[in-house]
Amino acid sequence: MLHLKISKRQDPLGWRSCFVIFGAVALALFFSALLLALRGTPPHEGIFVLFKGAFGSRWAIEDCLIKAIPIFLCSLGVAIAFRLQIWNIGAEGQFCMGALGATWMALSFPDQPAWVVLPAMVIMAVIAGGLWGFIPALLRQKMQTNEIIVSLMMNYIAILILDYLVYGIWKDPTSFGFPMSPTFSDAAIVGKIGSTSVNWGLLHCAVLAVAVWAFFRFTTIGYELKASGSNVKAARYAGLPYNKQVFLVMILSGALAGWAGFIEASATVNRLQPSIMVGYGYTAIVVAWLASLNPFYIGIASILLAGLRVGVENLQLDLQVPAAFGGIMEGFILLTVLAGGFFIYYRFSFTAKQ
Amino acid sequence: MVNKMRIFKVLLTITLLLGLSSNLAAKELKVGFVYVSPVGDAGWSYAHDMGRQAVEALDGVTTSYVEAVPEGPDAERVIQNMARKDYDVVFATSFGYMDPMLKVAKQFPDTVFMHCSGFKTAKNMGNYFGRMYQARFLSGMVAGAMTESDIIGYAAAFPIPEVIRGINAFTLGAQSVNEDATVRVVWTKTWYDPATEKEAAKSLLDVGADVIAQHQDSPGPQEAAQEKGVYSIGYNSDMSTFAPKAHLTAPVWNWGPYYQSVIKEVQEGTWKSESVWPGIETGIVGLAPFGDMVPQEIRDMVAAKKAELVAGTTDVFTGPIKDQQGKVRIAEGVQADDKTLLGMTWFVEGIVGTTK
Repeated sequence: MLHLKISKRQDPLGWRSCFVIFGAVALALFFSALLLALRGTPPHEGIFVLFKGAFGSRWAIEDCLIKAIPIFLCSLGVAIAFRLQIWNIGAEGQFCMGALGATWMALSFPDQPAWVVLPAMVIMAVIAGGLWGFIPALLRQKMQTNEIIVSLMMNYIAILILDYLVYGIWKDPTSFGFPMSPTFSDAAIVGKIGSTSVNWGLLHCAVLAVAVWAFFRFTTIGYELKASGSNVKAARYAGLPYNKQVFLVMILSGALAGWAGFIEASATVNRLQPSIMVGYGYTAIVVAWLASLNPFYIGIASILLAGLRVGVENLQLDLQVPAAFGGIMEGFILLTVLAGGFFIYYRFSFTAKQ
Repeated sequence: MVNKMRIFKVLLTITLLLGLSSNLAAKELKVGFVYVSPVGDAGWSYAHDMGRQAVEALDGVTTSYVEAVPEGPDAERVIQNMARKDYDVVFATSFGYMDPMLKVAKQFPDTVFMHCSGFKTAKNMGNYFGRMYQARFLSGMVAGAMTESDIIGYAAAFPIPEVIRGINAFTLGAQSVNEDATVRVVWTKTWYDPATEKEAAKSLLDVGADVIAQHQDSPGPQEAAQEKGVYSIGYNSDMSTFAPKAHLTAPVWNWGPYYQSVIKEVQEGTWKSESVWPGIETGIVGLAPFGDMVPQEIRDMVAAKKAELVAGTTDVFTGPIKDQQGKVRIAEGVQADDKTLLGMTWFVEGIVGTTK
């Protein structure tokens, strides 16, 4: 009789782990197809329409990239904190504060040229987002609060501040009382790349991703962060400044989410309004885990998840599949990929039982 | 010569007929709808989807929709995709779709865009809404007549003019039959969140409200009223199935006939961009059937008032109307114009709560 044996691998799978991930995604697609079949939609057609809507045309790819930009930046941010095992669930609020900071500058300097107002917006977005990351870190280090709870609660505070401002002093006088800021001046809007509909935020993503990668690869502080991330106790014992590191990663994390808020307010919405908050900060957490916190994989996962969200609209329009299907599919993918992670570190073998 | 002429005429007729019939066949319209919430919510999007089904029933029309589309950049993409997929008419049914739709309308001059509840138009983009406040006034009369504690609770969505106008009309309706009636307002800052909206209704019940009205899309407040054993006024569609013992009536949307008329105009080529705000006389707004507990004299009273509104002999916002501070906002004998109504950000006297 065969006996199932589970043992830890000597070395993790390395590059071959991509097969595990492909397998996991394929399994998620299979479950999704099954679900489509159950409600009477031809599954192959459904999956085809989904992919066509996500990546099947130039527009689709552009739409998908636009949506991937804020998800990517937020995710890059939370991944930095996660690597130190600091659980920043507050990207949503940090994103919101970034949008507020950028809007503040855009509304304060309506007549300045782009080279003045855009940098001012970026700086204020980064400061505001970073501050929103700093507060949970401060409370954690000084008062031993749990950063998961505090950063999560701060999301609601940030959104209430946004509401307060757009219902109050920032309300556009020509909006008939509806909660939205005036449209930004042209100088305060991040433009589009050439003839595409994708904005220059894509370039910001590339530059920031390389910067984050280089920071961890080439600087002493980055190296120390990596060391602390792999074993907090050992790092403390080695005399690494753990307290300072916590502040640093939370501020960096918040600053990147804030940058995402700036791009979203400036490039895609062109103003501040409550509907700017669509949960990118939470999606970012999913993406960071799917990508095992690696900046390059985060890029891929952001695009895939953005593609899924865009593609599901196509599925609704062409085959009348309900909107909730997208959420279910996302859940399947997260579940199978995370479960698949098990196979990267463990192996199964069958031995004959005696 | 005559013969040739006759042949020519016959040929011409045949060509014209063929041309005409192929033209008719080509008029197969594709109509897309964009909804802000899932259609199964018994609320706002559900009411619009009933309208869509009425359009689908027309000859030569196919429809589809995308639901739960967030306002902002996502809406722009969805509307744009409909235009790219050769949809001839796109209806966007939430205020926040206005600017995204305007952007897309400029890119696709041959597509007809219709936006609900906004104020911006373009050559190929019209906007429409219904005078829901008239139906709100009538439902307020029912609430004012049925309350015993003289406290009516109102679970309100967002402090925007549309909602504030509705609360004001409702209050004026209640006061028209019951001078002592006060309306207590709680903001949930949600359009669809059953748990929050139910809690809001409970907080109103705790301060003594014995009729609950609402503006959100979920039947949460209805359920809260039924559990407490008091009355409720629904919204959007007939919500009586959720709270049969509580549901007095509901101001409801009836988009079907309007949507059909727009599509017929597009088919006949007579459609042109305009801002329309039809009232109760067109049937676009109305009241859901009364619950059994509403006595006949109240039904008659409401029916009489409705007849006046339909005939246009009376109006909801005719002065003198005072705000909460007692300041006269609409002077004696003056009928508020549409601009005042669309930008309404103050509460009438008799409302307990703030517009923030």
